[in-house]
Amino acid sequence: MVQSKNGFQKLKVGRKPNPIPTKAIRLPYPLVDKLLKFKEKHGFEELYRKDIGEIFRGKSSSPFSIPLFQSRIQAGFPSPGDDFKDGSLDLNEHLISHKAATFFVRVTGDSMTGVGVFPGDLLIVDRSLTPTSGKVVIAVLNGEMTLKRLEKSKEGFLLCAENKSYGDIKVGEEDDFSIWGVVTNVIHSLL
Amino acid sequence: MMSLFALVDCNAFFVSCERVFQPHLEGKPVIVLSSNDGCAISRSNEAKALGIKMGVPLFKIKDIVKKHKVHVFSSNFSLYGDMSSRVMETLKTLSPSLEIYSIDEAFLDLSFLSHHELFDHGCHMKALVKQWTGIPVSVGIGPTKTLAKVANHLAKKNPSGCCVLVDPQQIEEILKTFPLQEVWGIGSQWSQKLSQFGMNTASDLVQADPGWIRKTFNIVLARTALELKGVSCLSLEEAYPSKKTMISSRSFGTPVTSFDMLREAVSFHASALAHRLRKEKSKASLISVSIRTSPFDKNGIIYSNSEVMVLPFASQDTSLLIKAATSGLEKIFREGLSYKKAGVKVLNLSPESQSLPTLFTDESFDDSPKRKALLKTIDRLNHFYGKGSLVFASEGFRKTWVPRAVCKSPSYTQRWDQLTTVG
Repeated sequence: MVQSKNGFQKLKVGRKPNPIPTKAIRLPYPLVDKLLKFKEKHGFEELYRKDIGEIFRGKSSSPFSIPLFQSRIQAGFPSPGDDFKDGSLDLNEHLISHKAATFFVRVTGDSMTGVGVFPGDLLIVDRSLTPTSGKVVIAVLNGEMTLKRLEKSKEGFLLCAENKSYGDIKVGEEDDFSIWGVVTNVIHSLL
Repeated sequence: MMSLFALVDCNAFFVSCERVFQPHLEGKPVIVLSSNDGCAISRSNEAKALGIKMGVPLFKIKDIVKKHKVHVFSSNFSLYGDMSSRVMETLKTLSPSLEIYSIDEAFLDLSFLSHHELFDHGCHMKALVKQWTGIPVSVGIGPTKTLAKVANHLAKKNPSGCCVLVDPQQIEEILKTFPLQEVWGIGSQWSQKLSQFGMNTASDLVQADPGWIRKTFNIVLARTALELKGVSCLSLEEAYPSKKTMISSRSFGTPVTSFDMLREAVSFHASALAHRLRKEKSKASLISVSIRTSPFDKNGIIYSNSEVMVLPFASQDTSLLIKAATSGLEKIFREGLSYKKAGVKVLNLSPESQSLPTLFTDESFDDSPKRKALLKTIDRLNHFYGKGSLVFASEGFRKTWVPRAVCKSPSYTQRWDQLTTVG
């Protein structure tokens, strides 16, 4: 109860005092919308810990389970570059052309170190591509999968290693031979 | 434009999926077992040649498996589901409309082609699916869905793997020797009843009076007869009605006698269904629990029962579903019995956007952003670290009741740590 001007007691009215002191500021409307959305989603406790740049996120994750590259939009006022934005960079789009025909394979051998493929690397293999001379492929020779460079000649197929310790394999007529897929990219971790 | 349908179906689908990543199995007898390693549900041609029939329990063919070194796999549904998506995505590039009929079959609309292009297109479809996914398929093409199925049946015996049935005279000849029980939509019961009337081939059905068929059987068989005549009655279903029920149930690897173990299993199923509901953006208002002893147990008591629980409001919340399922289990559990299977079913599904507030209960807990965020986080963690990484405690830790899956192949296409390797 508080004492009013003319002596009557009245119930306390008005805004409840905030334990944390507040300050009124002016913000451009687009920023106000973004901040209110953030508050609804995460609450302002987050702000005390994170830096302001993290509130405004880029494109949300794609449905494919490959880690993708997120670009951070700069915090602050609406950028004059907004009208000229080209779109965001997505590794999935960059690396995978035919999703239904793309598979990931892990490398265990060192027969292709000469072209930069090392044990532990991740291969992106596209089965929809036509295997031609010079392409690195996964071939199936007599039931076994092998990673080699394909060479086609008049005499037949040759599976070439890219490591001096390994010899090339000539595919004979009695051999059971097929191409499993063409390797398009190799992901080699430097860590 | 005359209607033209193609039925594309994968040959020995589960076995073929395993062979893509283990090419040394080509030409060898291979089988895939059902859940809990029970029966053979997929067999390679070499396994079929050894006399292994569809659905035969493993224990009955143990000798054949040992003698002929048959390769046996437990079912790996995450792999099969992924490979199926790949096959369907490939087929989508070949026709403007596609109906996914089952995990390994699809109908395609080919009415945009002229008759003389059909065989080549069919062979092209087969070759494309084989190249892109590694799965061998058979293609049957006809003016109706039922005839496409007949053509597909014949395609399996054809070295090209493709069969086109559009010429009316050719169709008539084929149907004269085509057995009725192989016709799509005619099961063993109807084919037996039909043979009592002297009808054994598809041709017999086509020649019968449609009015008589409708009277003696029903409109479904009459439609099948029309389809065999070349009159298309069934169109492609591209939009699927949303699911009305979802079931999760498994047989136990070893029989279960205690209430606690049963509760663990039931909680596991309820949790799986809650996850599926969230994925499909649905909520359920009814949940049913069922348990049973082994129907083959000659010595023990045979008991099976189920209980339906009404949820206070439509929900997709794991703990509410577990609570409801557990209370249902309490009502039907009987002491001293040896249980072989437990299952949970959710019914009365509705889209989550349509849930109406109720008068007498407080849904705000279920619908609160914090609660939703918790469930979403659990789903995401399980997606990242693997199914079952984070579970509700009632699901149990040791899970001795889980179904057997002794020979399951790795998750080649869905887990980074289980990829196929190459030297």
